[in-house]
Amino acid sequence: MRAAALLLAALLAGLVSACGLAKGGGPDMGVILAEAPAEKLSAYGLFSDTAAAVPAAGVVPYDLVNPLFSDHAAKHRLVFVPGGETAAYADDDVFAFPVGTVLVKTFAFAPDMRTPQTGEYRVETRLLIHKAAGWVAYPYIWNEDGTEAVYSPIGGKRTIETITPAGAPLTIQYAVPNQNQCKTCHQAGDALSPIGPKARNLNHEGQLEDWVEKGVLDQLPSSAPASAAVYDVSLPLEARARAWLDINCAHCHKPDGSASNSGLVLSATETDPVRIGIGKHPVAAGRGAGTLFQVIVPGAPDRSILAYRMASTEPGVAMPELGRSVPDPEGLALVRDWIAEMEPR
Amino acid sequence: MTLARFACAIPFALLVSACMPNTTSAPAAEPGGPAPLSAEGDFGATLQGALINAKPGDTVVMPAGTFALADSLSLDVDGVTLRGAGQGVTVLDFAQQSGAGEGLLVTSNDVTLTDFTVRDTKGDGIKSKGADRITYKQLTVEWSGEPDETNGAYGVYPVESKDVLVENVTVRGASDAGIYVGQSSNIIVRNSVVEFNVAGIEIENSTGADVYGNIARNNTGGILVFDLPDLPVSGGNATRIYANQIFANNTRNFAPAGNIVAGVPSGTGVIIMANRNVHVFDNAFENNRSAHVLITAYSLPFTDAAYNPLPRDVVIRNNTYSGGGDDPQGILTPLAEALGGTLPPIVWDGVSTWPGATEAQTVNLTIAEAPEVGFLNFGIPSYPLDPAMLAPSPDRPASTPPAEPAAIVLAHVKE
Repeated sequence: MRAAALLLAALLAGLVSACGLAKGGGPDMGVILAEAPAEKLSAYGLFSDTAAAVPAAGVVPYDLVNPLFSDHAAKHRLVFVPGGETAAYADDDVFAFPVGTVLVKTFAFAPDMRTPQTGEYRVETRLLIHKAAGWVAYPYIWNEDGTEAVYSPIGGKRTIETITPAGAPLTIQYAVPNQNQCKTCHQAGDALSPIGPKARNLNHEGQLEDWVEKGVLDQLPSSAPASAAVYDVSLPLEARARAWLDINCAHCHKPDGSASNSGLVLSATETDPVRIGIGKHPVAAGRGAGTLFQVIVPGAPDRSILAYRMASTEPGVAMPELGRSVPDPEGLALVRDWIAEMEPR
Repeated sequence: MTLARFACAIPFALLVSACMPNTTSAPAAEPGGPAPLSAEGDFGATLQGALINAKPGDTVVMPAGTFALADSLSLDVDGVTLRGAGQGVTVLDFAQQSGAGEGLLVTSNDVTLTDFTVRDTKGDGIKSKGADRITYKQLTVEWSGEPDETNGAYGVYPVESKDVLVENVTVRGASDAGIYVGQSSNIIVRNSVVEFNVAGIEIENSTGADVYGNIARNNTGGILVFDLPDLPVSGGNATRIYANQIFANNTRNFAPAGNIVAGVPSGTGVIIMANRNVHVFDNAFENNRSAHVLITAYSLPFTDAAYNPLPRDVVIRNNTYSGGGDDPQGILTPLAEALGGTLPPIVWDGVSTWPGATEAQTVNLTIAEAPEVGFLNFGIPSYPLDPAMLAPSPDRPASTPPAEPAAIVLAHVKE
């Protein structure tokens, strides 16, 4: 029965795109809300020109104050909220997006990441779709020509050769996560949830006002929270370090996240020093703790497990454990500076 | 089953190999059941794809063979059985693993894992988180070679789960605990073999556990029941440890420094730390060189106001003790030296308060063993340890034995 329904949905989805409704006609709600993922990314109608990555009408580009570090990949984000509906504003949580919302994130590299627009090629596009039963995550991997991306639930690997923004040559086995790994980071209790689209992550350069104007967001309060821009040195060190941890770690290190059992909570909204890691002993870190005794030893980054794991590339030690194969050198320096500045006790 | 279990509890090491619940071989496929996955091509991708595409009620069958896997595996579909062709027959080898640490991560309910081996993972062997009514049975998780600090932390690692069954599992080489159940409730760990781990079996911050019929040998410490502060779930209580064989847990402590178990003295049989309502009975202890049973408070500073660092309502009764206590290790070395260099079978730190305690506490420790079974209370008033404050005593404390918890009944297991 279920199989038959799936087949029907797939047939319908195929019919719809075959009829050309998705081509240039904007996002295709039949495909977006189908029970099964579309085989090809182009079927969703999110782009008016898939190869050139031109968003379709009603699909809005956005960015975050601080992106998650993903092996120096460039990221391009789009949001689509079905016509006539809006996301509901929230101060601290992810906005409440209506069913039919699609969040699109494309990961791209260029031969030289100091000039990321030159020769950029897309590696993967991840869709988060708000279906009637909740959010789902679908990974798509681009072909070598960059003309189409194909649904790839088991993820994949691609060798990337580039030059980092700091000018260092870099060759990595870039890992496209599988569908379960998507959940590891996007877990919120028993459900999946977006991570980025919170007020504090979007609130810069008039972006929230733009969302309201374009009909993506319902309203704004007189003053919305904003994360400190991590590399804006005019801002306090602590706020920048906490902002880095918030976007890079807190999707798992939150009370209903994948790392809840650690008792380490790295959300920007956490205020308890021990829960942030100050003086906290490891629980189940195993050799991930190195030979160190506390997550954060104030004044001593070299004795802090947090910095040790951020600097590692070793499986079972490196944190975050998904989404990177090299450390974020600037993020590491920032967090180390923050720990070094703390009053020893 | 009951008979076999008690045969295993006879306290003679020579009998162990004859009744080791180990190395069973299962048919690769049941008649009419699902066919095994193809062993051709990239088996890791085949298996991960099958685990993603599985539907509730499905059995994913792995063929016999040793498969080198480059990436960790994960299962997030309720009601799936993952079955191999037997322990040591279907072997998932993670020696060349990159990416995330564990071998297999389960995040769905009603999952059964059976009849395969997981080897040489970079992090934990098999972890299940928020996975209720899980069964681990006829599994082996092991790290090759000598015990090593770089081995993964936990072999079998259910956490934040309700109704957990671990049976006929073998774990060797974990640099933390072989079988570790954390922040969970309603737990049975039975008829398993743990050896050459730092901790053989550890029940931590959990409520309601029966640990029986197991063989814990050649670990640093055999069976641990702990409660730790600053975790989402604490207040661990109601554990019964019975009819286990706990012997020769004299392996050096190879846990990375900084881990809680790095403080476990080599040569301890059972350690009860900061947990409540723990009953240790009908076990056979033999040749654990530090002490057979160690009862202790949590000794590090903490800020968790809801946390009680003392062991409370502990009953030690009707066990057999042979050898051991002749070469105390770790923190016990200097303490024993002051007392002639050896320790009796049962040792208590004597701690009854902690900095910040608001009222007098009662440990309520019951030692109901034959009069000739030695006991030592170090008489430490509180931590941090001040050697000048030791007040050792062989006198068993007066106590009111707490009622023993009822046998654990798991929602998903028919006995």
